[in-house]
Amino acid sequence: MQPRKAIDWGRLSLNAYAAAVLVFLMVPSLLIIPISLGSEPFIQFPPRSLSLRWYLELIRDPAWIASFLFSLKIAIATTVMATIVGTLASLALVRGRLRFASALQVLTLAPLVVPHIVIAVALYLVFAPIGLTGSFLGFLIAHSMLSVPYVVITVTSALQKLDPSLEFAALSCGASRPKAFLLVVLPNIAPGVAAGAIFAFLASFDEATVSFFISGVEGKTITRKLFEDIDYNLTPVIASVSSVILLISILLMLLVERMRRPTTQD
Amino acid sequence: MNSRTVSKEASSGGALPNALALTLLLPLTLLLAGAFVTPILVLIFESLFAPHLTFEHYAKGLTQPLYLGVLMRTIRTACVVTAMCFLLGYPVALVMSRQKGRRVIYLAACVLIPLWTSVLVRSYAWIVLLQRKGIVNTALMDAGIISEPLKLLYTDAAVMLAMTHVLLPYMILPIYSALIAIPPDLDKAARNLGAGPIDSFFRVVFPNSLPGVYAGTIIVFILALGFYVTPALVGGPQSMTIATLIAQQTTELLNWPFAGALAGILLAATLGLVSVFGRFLRIGKGV
Repeated sequence: MQPRKAIDWGRLSLNAYAAAVLVFLMVPSLLIIPISLGSEPFIQFPPRSLSLRWYLELIRDPAWIASFLFSLKIAIATTVMATIVGTLASLALVRGRLRFASALQVLTLAPLVVPHIVIAVALYLVFAPIGLTGSFLGFLIAHSMLSVPYVVITVTSALQKLDPSLEFAALSCGASRPKAFLLVVLPNIAPGVAAGAIFAFLASFDEATVSFFISGVEGKTITRKLFEDIDYNLTPVIASVSSVILLISILLMLLVERMRRPTTQD
Repeated sequence: MNSRTVSKEASSGGALPNALALTLLLPLTLLLAGAFVTPILVLIFESLFAPHLTFEHYAKGLTQPLYLGVLMRTIRTACVVTAMCFLLGYPVALVMSRQKGRRVIYLAACVLIPLWTSVLVRSYAWIVLLQRKGIVNTALMDAGIISEPLKLLYTDAAVMLAMTHVLLPYMILPIYSALIAIPPDLDKAARNLGAGPIDSFFRVVFPNSLPGVYAGTIIVFILALGFYVTPALVGGPQSMTIATLIAQQTTELLNWPFAGALAGILLAATLGLVSVFGRFLRIGKGV
């Protein structure tokens, strides 16, 4: 006879605690969405009636549109640049035999730990005199440096999982190095490269601190514009901009998860 | 392709020749040298030579009571945030590590989505919650708990709360990876030998998860020390941290030598922590 299973209070309270923490993690950001759908000229929760008023205000405001397009342009260019630079470097870091490679790998990851405020004021100091603040080129350089670590992390881990004998076989059969890379290595590490590219895009598009400092009066990213508006005029338009940014992040993260786990088992 | 080349490639076992490896690393090296190392060196140079070698700006930052107070508040905030992240994060990591299949993905999404949501959006959410006529005050007044709205926003407590929220995923993820690396048999063996679930947790599971705890603690502490966006938006003038002080010195007072010195102090603290505890680190937004 099986003994009746007693309720495991310990486990139950642990799960309840974890669930409460996850609610704390998720809810504040998600609250932005109903607030953005309100119709009153001030922030109201829960909104009395739903409307798209603040989204219409958003798309009619040339300043928001300009900063959104500027951020988008920077993020796309950064993604291309960081993905190419990071993938090439990862090949050398994993397959090369250079002595200083491990030191360079540490340096590559340094922008992830060095406080962004330090990087931000340092970049402002050198960019301002040469006219790179508020410029597309300045942002491309700064954001590529900040995003490249994510590409290096994902691509090196994909390369480490790839059996080097595949590439070796292609080379032995007479393929040139570029051909072996394009036909054998790249298709195998493509999920890692794509994940790195998405992380690079988000790292650029969401980046706030460095963008705050190297923006100009004209060349302003959406994060800089958001920063200013949160500080000075807290209207519900900010909630609609935040919701758009939030949804972009969620969609891209879901895409990464989908790519990482092509087959899910229950 | 001639046979000589083939044999050369073959003899290297597929490893890249050094010249090719160097070429592949060149763009990354230029990018890091130009956009990371050089600007930081220029900033430090600015703080040390004005125009002759001087440590006065560093001395000012480390001795004047006003600035020492900011440093102390920054360290205190970082300690409180790290402790809260641990207390909130460890049980989540533990529960996540005990799930299987699809549920792990859902739970991981709850951790990863906030991690990749802009810090600005998350700080804005806390402003909406905590402001004078915000959601928290309204709810408390409607419930009759308070009669006057409380001052919640622009306080040290608001900064700590919002920073805990922002940095929590950095604590959960390394602890989770440490926990799933522990063979489940260890816990089972302890239970079979007569340990209760609590005993087994504290004597078997927790000690084995310590590398993850150390990694999470050090990364949260480092990020909290240099955090700018959240203290700038959620904190008031009274809750200045070293990052907002650096920003004020550069954007409002244009005191570059002093800002450089403060940045140098923050950088030294960060690199010091990394070099001492770096072996525990696995950095990067859960990538």
